[in-house]
Amino acid sequence: MIPQSLQANPVLERWISFPSPGKVRVAFGKVEYGQGVMTALAQIVADELDVAMERLDVVNAASGDVPDEGLTVGSMSIEMSGAAVRAAAAEVRALFLAEAAARFGCSADVLNILDGEFVRSGVSTGLGYWTLASAIDLKRAPEGKARWKTPDRHRIVGKSQPRSDLPVKIFGGGFIQDIPLKDVTHARVLRQPGYKAQIATLDEAAIRKAARGDIDIVREGAFIAFLSKSERAVSLAVAAAEQHVTWNEARVGVPALSEPVALKTLPATPWEGGAPPPEPSNRRKHKASYGRPYIAHGSMGPSHGIARFEGETLKVWTHAQGVYPIRGMLARITGLPPEKIQVEHTQGPGCYGHNGADDATCDAAAIAMRRPGQTIRVQWRREDEFGYEPLGTAMHIELSGEIDSSGRLVDFSSEIWSGPHVSRGTALVEAALAPGTPPPPPMIIPFFSGGRLNATPSYDIAATRIKENVVTPPMRTSSLRGLGGPVNTYACECFIDEMAGIAGTDPLAYRLAMTSDPRAVAVLEHIGVLSGWSTRSAGGSGEGLGLAYCRHRDRGAYIAVAVSLVVEKEIRLQRMWCVTDCGLVINPDGAKNQIEGGMIMAASWTLKEQVRLGGSGIASTAWDDYPILRFNEVPPIDVELIDQRNSAPLGAGEISLGPTMAAIANAVAHALGVRIRDLPYTRERIARQLLSN
Amino acid sequence: MPKIKLIVNGREREFEADERETLLDVLRNRLGMTGSRFGCGAEQCGSCSVLIDGEDKPSCAIEVGTLKGKSILTVEGLGTPEKPHPLQSAFLEKQAGQCGYCLSGILVCAKALLDRNPSPSRTEIAEALSWHLCRCGAHNRILDAVALAASRMQVPA
Ligand code: FES
Ligand code: FES
Repeated sequence: MIPQSLQANPVLERWISFPSPGKVRVAFGKVEYGQGVMTALAQIVADELDVAMERLDVVNAASGDVPDEGLTVGSMSIEMSGAAVRAAAAEVRALFLAEAAARFGCSADVLNILDGEFVRSGVSTGLGYWTLASAIDLKRAPEGKARWKTPDRHRIVGKSQPRSDLPVKIFGGGFIQDIPLKDVTHARVLRQPGYKAQIATLDEAAIRKAARGDIDIVREGAFIAFLSKSERAVSLAVAAAEQHVTWNEARVGVPALSEPVALKTLPATPWEGGAPPPEPSNRRKHKASYGRPYIAHGSMGPSHGIARFEGETLKVWTHAQGVYPIRGMLARITGLPPEKIQVEHTQGPGCYGHNGADDATCDAAAIAMRRPGQTIRVQWRREDEFGYEPLGTAMHIELSGEIDSSGRLVDFSSEIWSGPHVSRGTALVEAALAPGTPPPPPMIIPFFSGGRLNATPSYDIAATRIKENVVTPPMRTSSLRGLGGPVNTYACECFIDEMAGIAGTDPLAYRLAMTSDPRAVAVLEHIGVLSGWSTRSAGGSGEGLGLAYCRHRDRGAYIAVAVSLVVEKEIRLQRMWCVTDCGLVINPDGAKNQIEGGMIMAASWTLKEQVRLGGSGIASTAWDDYPILRFNEVPPIDVELIDQRNSAPLGAGEISLGPTMAAIANAVAHALGVRIRDLPYTRERIARQLLSN
Repeated sequence: MPKIKLIVNGREREFEADERETLLDVLRNRLGMTGSRFGCGAEQCGSCSVLIDGEDKPSCAIEVGTLKGKSILTVEGLGTPEKPHPLQSAFLEKQAGQCGYCLSGILVCAKALLDRNPSPSRTEIAEALSWHLCRCGAHNRILDAVALAASRMQVPA
């Protein structure tokens, strides 16, 4: 079978070619943002072709140059793109070997490849990819017949490989912000406070004076941008503009709506699925509700976009999560045909989903169209990123369950209130240019909703049902690492611990008793060993040990996390452990880096993070208002990967968040002897909880 | 515009700038040194930090006019791909970073730490770095890399 991504881009040469001696050109439709995808995909190709990693030239993602693989999201790169490049490379290899075999009049099976040179019975044949390249036309569709290597023959896949994108960043370069541009025009945008807002007054004279330098002002509808050759002038201008503008119909941030439970008061579209309602019974029942507030992506660098319109062509540099989807948006916004838009991906700071990157790109393009011949560089301010990026939505989750006489959970229901987890495809500049245009309503896709990922616990439970209420939230929300999955896992795995408590069973034993999947059992047993579970105290002493488990999206990686911590005035994490089985791992060190990074981000969400609504939208617009976990709060972490090289690779980028959140929660409950269910677990919340007991 | 003199990475640099321009803007836009990065502009994240007379300081809000005659060290002054600083080698060896956006500031901060305390404990490294934010969660690798560099720099070459 030909993998989907390869079917969609069915020309081998688009993926792999041999344009110059000793080099292999490889092109992927995925983009790098620090997750190491380029390195992992290159490993797959190098291994399948049997060439050294150094021979690979990975093409930078630019429209036209690379296959269209949509967005780089959802831990799917290795599963999807990896399958495509492996199949393409296997085909290329087979074509070349067949050609060589034909020339020698032998079977292709007797030929081997050593770093691109073809070898027969240990002796070089003088042929190789580069000597044969002119004889083989790779402008052809894949046939899907070539077999790829079995894992026992892997030499590069499965071995840790340093990431190719890292060195340049350690010596001061590598990001979109760092592209040297001649005669650049710096731009800042004064954001429209909500899609309805219209400019009432704008004192341009006062702003020009405050800028203390030449500035150009782009004003159209509710879109306002300041341009100058001096970055300082535009910084001063936009800061002054905040004081010299008044808006009609500006949005209002209602502080009370910052709380997840407030989602229940907003209009919603429901979806229901699963088992019919439970028959009345006298089984023991338990109900509990959990909440996670709105979360900021919090990229370390605010979004950035560069664009230049000249002649009939728009050239754009972007750190969006794919070059083709943004090209579609740009075509709509500029009115240009897509083939007149060149989009080049350049790395940005980690985004963890849909942050301001698309918007900043569209800002730059819209300005460039109005100022032909100028290279426009839009830099968002920190307050723009916090105040206007799409948020990770708040979620409120109500769970109920019934246990049978043996204590086993046999009936489980979840009702979820959540804003949309995916709302891509429109940009802030569009609303600003045509104020009053409402954003599109939340997309309801019956078979997929980010809010329902991992909505049921990953165990054998006789009856489960889900009701999801997709709420139109007060602020724009869109994808944040893991979508609703981590939040559902948090709720479910807290609930499982609570059920174990009701059943009077140890939480680890309780989980083991409810799973028949040997791969699940393996990670659970191993996390028990790593964390010293057997010596866990009775609890209530202020020291806690907790664990959690899930199967990512019910069909992906198996992952268990344990956390030990101390609760004093606030929570101090002492150690975290993780065991995962994510099938065949391409780059073990890269996977561990992602898993550990996810654990730290999850700890930060759990202990600290909440976007506050207020003022004209979002009130927490600086790091001081939005604390995240710091170096002196991060505990040592052990990550172990279970060797499953004979199983298909399963993405690892977002698998660790949910189990980490729940393991912390379960450890806190163990330490305190009482359960806190609403995130984040701040000092104030702990104090309140302890007082109310 | 007045002429301003600074010592940047050991070299005297003279340039025209408004005295109220931030050091970060001067480094990036006037001197073409992109290592120091804009993260918040409010001295709250550390992405922009440089050493000013050996001390780890944010460059995003400090006005260049206040720095006359001072000595500035940026990540570019630490080392080059051909001649990396032991910290840079250790960061690569430990693969200490994901997106890498935070690393320039962290590297120079670590340099300042090792200059005053050549064999810091994990806690001391974490305390020194604690005002630097990293959203990717590369903290432990960074702590390990700093410790590794420290141990290597102890051994006389
Ligand atoms: S950019 Fe200077 S501290 Fe954040
Ligand atoms: S590595 Fe991305 S912010 Fe630190």
